[in-house]
Amino acid sequence: MKRFDLERFGLGLAAPVLALIVAALLSSIALVISGNSPLHTFNAMLDYGTQPETVVQTVNKSTIYYLSGLAVAIGFRMNLFNIGVDGQYQIAAFFAAVVGGWLLLPGPVLIVVVVLVAVVVGALWAGIAAVLKVTRGVSEVISTIMLNVIGGGIVAYLLDPSRLGTIVGTQQVTTKPMPSDAYLPGIPVSGGEIYGFIVVAIACGIAYWVLLGRTRFGFDLRATGLSETAAVASGVSVRKMVIRTMLISGGVAGLVGMPLLLGGSHAYAQDFPTGYGFSGIAIALLGRNNPIGIALGALLWSFLEQSAQILDLEGVPKEIVTIMQGVTVLSVVIAYELVRRFSLVQQQRRVGAELRAAAGTPAAGEGSPA
Amino acid sequence: MTATGLVESMTKASTAAGRRRGIRWPLWLLGISGLLVLVSIVRLVTGANDITSSGTTGAALRLAVPIGLAGLGGLWSERSGVVNIGLEGQLILGTWFGAWGAYEFGPWWGVIVGIIGGALGGLVLAIATVSFGVDHIVAGVAITILGGGITRFLSALIFVNTPGGGVTQSPSLPRIGTVTLPGSGVLHDIEQKHWFVVSDVAGILGGLITQVSWLTIVAVLLVPLTYLVLWRTKFGLRLRSCGEAPGAAESLGVNVYRMKYTAVILSGGFAGLGGAFLSLVATNIYREGQTNGRGYIGLAAMIFGNWMPGGLALGSGIFGYTDALQLRSGGQSVHALLLLLAIVLGLLAIWSLYRGRRVRAATSVAVAAGALIWFLTSDTVPDEFVGFAPHLTTLLVLALAAQRLRPPAADGKPYRRGEAG
Repeated sequence: MKRFDLERFGLGLAAPVLALIVAALLSSIALVISGNSPLHTFNAMLDYGTQPETVVQTVNKSTIYYLSGLAVAIGFRMNLFNIGVDGQYQIAAFFAAVVGGWLLLPGPVLIVVVVLVAVVVGALWAGIAAVLKVTRGVSEVISTIMLNVIGGGIVAYLLDPSRLGTIVGTQQVTTKPMPSDAYLPGIPVSGGEIYGFIVVAIACGIAYWVLLGRTRFGFDLRATGLSETAAVASGVSVRKMVIRTMLISGGVAGLVGMPLLLGGSHAYAQDFPTGYGFSGIAIALLGRNNPIGIALGALLWSFLEQSAQILDLEGVPKEIVTIMQGVTVLSVVIAYELVRRFSLVQQQRRVGAELRAAAGTPAAGEGSPA
Repeated sequence: MTATGLVESMTKASTAAGRRRGIRWPLWLLGISGLLVLVSIVRLVTGANDITSSGTTGAALRLAVPIGLAGLGGLWSERSGVVNIGLEGQLILGTWFGAWGAYEFGPWWGVIVGIIGGALGGLVLAIATVSFGVDHIVAGVAITILGGGITRFLSALIFVNTPGGGVTQSPSLPRIGTVTLPGSGVLHDIEQKHWFVVSDVAGILGGLITQVSWLTIVAVLLVPLTYLVLWRTKFGLRLRSCGEAPGAAESLGVNVYRMKYTAVILSGGFAGLGGAFLSLVATNIYREGQTNGRGYIGLAAMIFGNWMPGGLALGSGIFGYTDALQLRSGGQSVHALLLLLAIVLGLLAIWSLYRGRRVRAATSVAVAAGALIWFLTSDTVPDEFVGFAPHLTTLLVLALAAQRLRPPAADGKPYRRGEAG
């Protein structure tokens, strides 16, 4: 068994490494075609990306991405595609910011309330898609995408000076800023401050690991993802699983806006960033839905983005990074599939060989799967 | 499934469709005229003349085309058994390549280059799903991310140095010609009288024949063409058999991989054409994010249409119409549609009650009451809500329609050559 685990570990590592090499090659081709030197570009990115200020920004951004990736991964584990993390975190962060601005509570309590509001709103927004799926059979892929747009519209409507918004300073419309005793302190390091919320993000990663790997619920969830019929046969109610999983996914999605809201902006303004949910999908795919894998994926994604900021000064369009990201995701999913198939073949061969050895007669036809 | 099983199920499906068609046509006509009368009443009550104006229907047609083309793309792909969530990405590729081709070589070249751009996206999806067996939805999502990345990079490379262009948009593009059919003037006159029903019909028809882009005509013709190819040719039968029972198709000598490749590449081509239409006809410029989820809406239109071209066209029409309202005094028009929604759901509630479906009746009454209260207590619907009207409609329509549908039996399932039992 020991050997088997080692092999699996090696294969698990082979996929991302293979994918990264392919992605680097393809990105280099794109760079060469556009008349830039790949080596020079990668060097510039590495140089700038390892400076303390950039590292801090990378870690901060990856905190956000990590939460987003986790939210997506929870659904992925049971073949539930929550493409709506983007809408869920925006609407959650908006209502959390509104509550944070209006409620008069001592700072620490307010922080907890704000986070809870975000979790609940995110879960409810995702819950709509879950209910539509189990009662009306609407594919969650489409419903969550539609809910993204609808959520964005509702936030835009409410974020108006005559409704829940106020005008602060210049023409920027924002929610009422949170009191300064509800600012979540950062962790000072050389090069800046890391979001204090990173602690929560790490806790979420551990909770994800425990929930999926060490609980009955997690077992049912993974079973449903691997084989719905088998899960039903063992007494799992798929409908309940869909609702619960979607609520949890949406709840975690609600946290995505929190590092920024509590540690940076302290209000939801019109320019509150969008698109983290879609990055989360890519990162969950990169990390193979594994809590550590997602962390690495988030760091890589964020590193690419931050280190590319220097490229415009070097005369390379920094948009090359979007190609790098896209190519990486695509190569990673293909590489994982190849490795999965390869290890399946290995496994079948081994079983075939063992059976032959046990029977004592060389049998034909075994161990040669498609 | 065995080969005989496949033949049986396909004949069963086609005879069922035939039986339904016999009863359905008069019902359809009755339904459409009933709806027209309702709309006309709503228009007279609210004074929202734009809900059937030629301007609205013209815009609706223009906006329905990209959705419909994306839907057709989805149809081709899913009929061969590959779910194409990457339609959005292929649509994005189509908008960019269409714009670039038109800017460099002229509008019709833009159309061709746009199709090629989308088809390349389809090719990537085919490689990932058919050859490598990656999960269809995962691969599709990856392609959408990649599509956005490639176009952004290419814009930074090419459009930045053009007059009016930049990282997020192209320079303004040469136009494709339009055509106005005879009778448009008369219809316009009738429309201006605002008569009951007559002016509504005139407005709707007028919008469909006034200043129609040649590319719109091409796109509309692709709907019957798709039907003919997929349901009336040997090639189409084989392609659909790959989506129903690839193992059986393989045993009958169909090269399933090649069929799927063909279908998915064509699928990307359709989406690419839809994208080119968006940048060349609908807006005259490439803008980042201009697809705004239309690839997914197209997919929803296809599901709504039960994986059939006709239903898909109807679905696209509905989404295109709600999309068009935001261009034509949207707040007032959508406000008027609230009344229509309340009436239709009220009728549906009575029907459900008659059929003994109490829960459904209750839900319909509740939503109808909500819509009616909203209608009575306000004068207009805020712009932000008008903006997501197509998306909300998509959700409502799918919620009402989704359960009675039948996707291709092997849709989205992995298939490896030689593994079928």
